[in-house]
Amino acid sequence: MTAPASQPTSFSRVPGIAFIFKKALISALVALVLFSLMIGIRTEAGPTGQLIFWTRFGDLASMVAIVFGGSIVVELLRQWWGPVETVRIVPPSAQNAMAIGRRAIAPVLLIFTFLVPVIFYDQRYILDLGILVLTYVMLGWGLNVVVGLAGLLDLGYVAFYAVGAYSYALLSTTFGLSFWVCLPLAGILAAFWGVLLGFPVLRLRGDYLAIVTLAFGEIIRLVIINWQSLTGGPNGISGIPRPSFFGIPLTPGDDGLAARLGIEFSPTHRIVFLFYLILALALLTNWVTIRLRHLPIGRAWEALREDEVACRALGINTTTTKLTAFATGAMFGGFAGAFFATRQGFISPESFTFQESALILAIVVLGGMGSQLGVALAALAMIGGFELFRGFDQYRMLVFGVAMVLLMIWRPRGLIGHRAPTVFLERNQAISSELTSEGRG
Amino acid sequence: MDYFAQQLINGIVLGSIYGLIAIGYTMVYGIVGMINFAHGDIFMIGGFIALITFLLLVSLGLTAVPVILLIVLLVSMAITALYGWTIERIAYRPLRHSFRLAPMLSAIGMSFVLINYSQIAQGARVKPVPPIITGGYTLHEGSEGFVVRLSNVQIIVVIATIVLLAIFTWLVSRTRLGRDMRACEQDQTMAALLGVDVDRTISMTFVIGAALAAVAGMMYLLYYGLVDFFMGFVAGIKAFTAAVLGGIGSLPGAMLGGLLIGLIETMWSAYFSVEYKDVAAFSILIVVLIFLPTGLLGRPEVEKV
Repeated sequence: MTAPASQPTSFSRVPGIAFIFKKALISALVALVLFSLMIGIRTEAGPTGQLIFWTRFGDLASMVAIVFGGSIVVELLRQWWGPVETVRIVPPSAQNAMAIGRRAIAPVLLIFTFLVPVIFYDQRYILDLGILVLTYVMLGWGLNVVVGLAGLLDLGYVAFYAVGAYSYALLSTTFGLSFWVCLPLAGILAAFWGVLLGFPVLRLRGDYLAIVTLAFGEIIRLVIINWQSLTGGPNGISGIPRPSFFGIPLTPGDDGLAARLGIEFSPTHRIVFLFYLILALALLTNWVTIRLRHLPIGRAWEALREDEVACRALGINTTTTKLTAFATGAMFGGFAGAFFATRQGFISPESFTFQESALILAIVVLGGMGSQLGVALAALAMIGGFELFRGFDQYRMLVFGVAMVLLMIWRPRGLIGHRAPTVFLERNQAISSELTSEGRG
Repeated sequence: MDYFAQQLINGIVLGSIYGLIAIGYTMVYGIVGMINFAHGDIFMIGGFIALITFLLLVSLGLTAVPVILLIVLLVSMAITALYGWTIERIAYRPLRHSFRLAPMLSAIGMSFVLINYSQIAQGARVKPVPPIITGGYTLHEGSEGFVVRLSNVQIIVVIATIVLLAIFTWLVSRTRLGRDMRACEQDQTMAALLGVDVDRTISMTFVIGAALAAVAGMMYLLYYGLVDFFMGFVAGIKAFTAAVLGGIGSLPGAMLGGLLIGLIETMWSAYFSVEYKDVAAFSILIVVLIFLPTGLLGRPEVEKV
């Protein structure tokens, strides 16, 4: 007689207007206390060095009003959306359409990306933005190896990006090596640092690993800032050589690419070249990752992500598995760093802060940790979103933080993709209870 | 020797501040099993609130220093505690049964929110305050004219830390709330079955942690005479290092770790190089986690499938 229990008790769950109002009032009260001093009063160092302050009760009142209104809206939305556990049935036709759309999106996106420099040849802004997005796509894919596939939370990924950038900058400005020689070197050096970080943290898991990688990233940044004789300290390195088209410089001179091809020189050539260069690097990252996923090592990464203890019980060498994940991820970070240095022509420690690591991590998380397409779309959404906030720079990171919290609450498994193991058993075998009790299940 | 004695005093004072922050990390980790990444920024908020309260009181014409200090302490503890409560409510409670890394990522987001919120609300420039507590004692006058001094601020910081620690230890070991907290630390499900309100206990943990961080923020303000919106990040990592060094989950360990980190940092700056003091602190974190993962006073963690 389970019928009464399974009856939806929906009306007892739907709170009345009074409840919503009371909740909003409490929220507003809490907000009033929280914001009273921080927003209601503004301090600033005055001209004589003495602190002065002035009141901003208008701002305070509007903030409290926003919280009050927002609380009511959230509560109403929650009622309209219903409880989280409800399974929402999507009609089969819509499911089919979605499946087709999902399969088509990757090739369409790829073709569109290839055509971007053709379509937007005159729009420097879009090309620059495209290069930026692709850089983050590559970084996201690189970090995806560590976080998405191997399940090792790395908060210091930007360190490898920095190692790659500084390797190229130093090698090219000191020894005059070309970009194409430095690119693999930057990758190798970054991978080396990845192993160096990987060794000590082999035994650590989860949160501890995250904090140690964060500390590692900060150490690299602090060393770059303080080792002035090598890295130029906070002033950074400038005058980093631009890339050449496989040895042919992209300059207006006689030996430049334009002159050799007999076409008129345009500075856009270099931008287009950079665009295709980072696209190639990103696709290389993607291709290597996809191939690796089908090798035993890729399978081992995914097994490690799912359950480390079981992984070890199955005889997988977790040491090499973790180290290769760190090294592979770091190598791609190094490539991206070298590209970043040659594109900017100038690097300084400011480009390699923890915020950058968090941004790349957010891309991977938003993309669904493990899904290649998801990461690419997430990079597009994230960098595009940042561009929308151009002009409101000070609110950018605030919104980023809020978005990260909301994402974790709403869709902790990522917005776009989902992580599925590359291999899984085709069907679940039904086993009778006798066999299970005998231990054969 | 005099130089060393002076550095010892400075190190203990700095270590007390780290220890107060570290308690918040270690308590939350003990009960919820997550690193409250935003805790360092709670400390920063505490510093700001202390600064603003102080300015308000002075502008109201209050001159008695002990009264000012007491009011500032209570106000900043109360409001910062509410910050701690709100953050737990908004960003962590909905994630309690989510996947392993979700609370950590949410905490990183919350840390960004707090940093940028105070930057927008109070401006990016460093806020200096004139010394509130002046004076001190000369302990020893060396032959080369080097003076070992113990300032009144330093005395107040250390005494406040000891008093708070005593209250806090009493709270954990003798009160109903403390018993609930220890029960939740051992087994949340079982504690809930036996009538412990787990949600409330976890909330209270965050509230107490934030209040202690507020005290640390105020002490920082008194000692260094400045606050800025970014100070929580580095202080947070160092305090976390302290918590790990002492053995995460252990309260005396957090205090011990804080003192050690404060001493190491001060000595490193005094005898090696100031530039690399943060590198030294972070390296200690890595070294400790490798060679002494359970810390000095921690219990080994049993790996469960």
